[in-house]
Amino acid sequence: MRETIGYFFMLIGIIFDAVGCIGLVRLPDLYNRLQASLKCVAMGTTLILFGTMIIAGVSAVGAKAFLCLVFILIISPTTEHALARASYIAGVKLWEKSVVDRLKEDRQK
Amino acid sequence: MIDFLMLMLVCCAFLCLFRIARGPTASDRAVAIDVLGIMIVAFGALMSVKTGKEFYLTTAIVWTLLNFIGVLALSKYLENRGFDD
Repeated sequence: MRETIGYFFMLIGIIFDAVGCIGLVRLPDLYNRLQASLKCVAMGTTLILFGTMIIAGVSAVGAKAFLCLVFILIISPTTEHALARASYIAGVKLWEKSVVDRLKEDRQK
Repeated sequence: MIDFLMLMLVCCAFLCLFRIARGPTASDRAVAIDVLGIMIVAFGALMSVKTGKEFYLTTAIVWTLLNFIGVLALSKYLENRGFDD
């Protein structure tokens, strides 16, 4: 029973991962790709670690899986923000159909 | 079941590798490397479920932290700043 629930969570996580990677390949712009892929992949990996935690139960393996889950939840938005800001400053252009650029408006003030 | 999950994860990793090889700028490659690093953590978790060994998860924790530091260093390099400001 417990293994079935764990595999179910893992399957949902893998689906999230696959959607994120398809977005990484298909979307036109760096910022779109960052937006689509990194959040999806972090969510999918979190669900996979949650499934591992359920399968392992209360043990050392479960504690390590929980620790890794918390690390990923903290670390992934930080790296996403740093990468987006760095690539904006490095001069990566937005997609030509994008409509708003708040960072540029902020800098012009 | 778990073999099927690992096969799907490997297919996702090949999509990431395609973006690393193709990406027009260095920032694209940095993003794809970050995504690949997070997926390697998922692979470690699946391996620890499959084999029942514990050290795969230890490796996953260490990989998470090293991936964090590596991507922060890459983004500082892209931003043209030194490592100490």
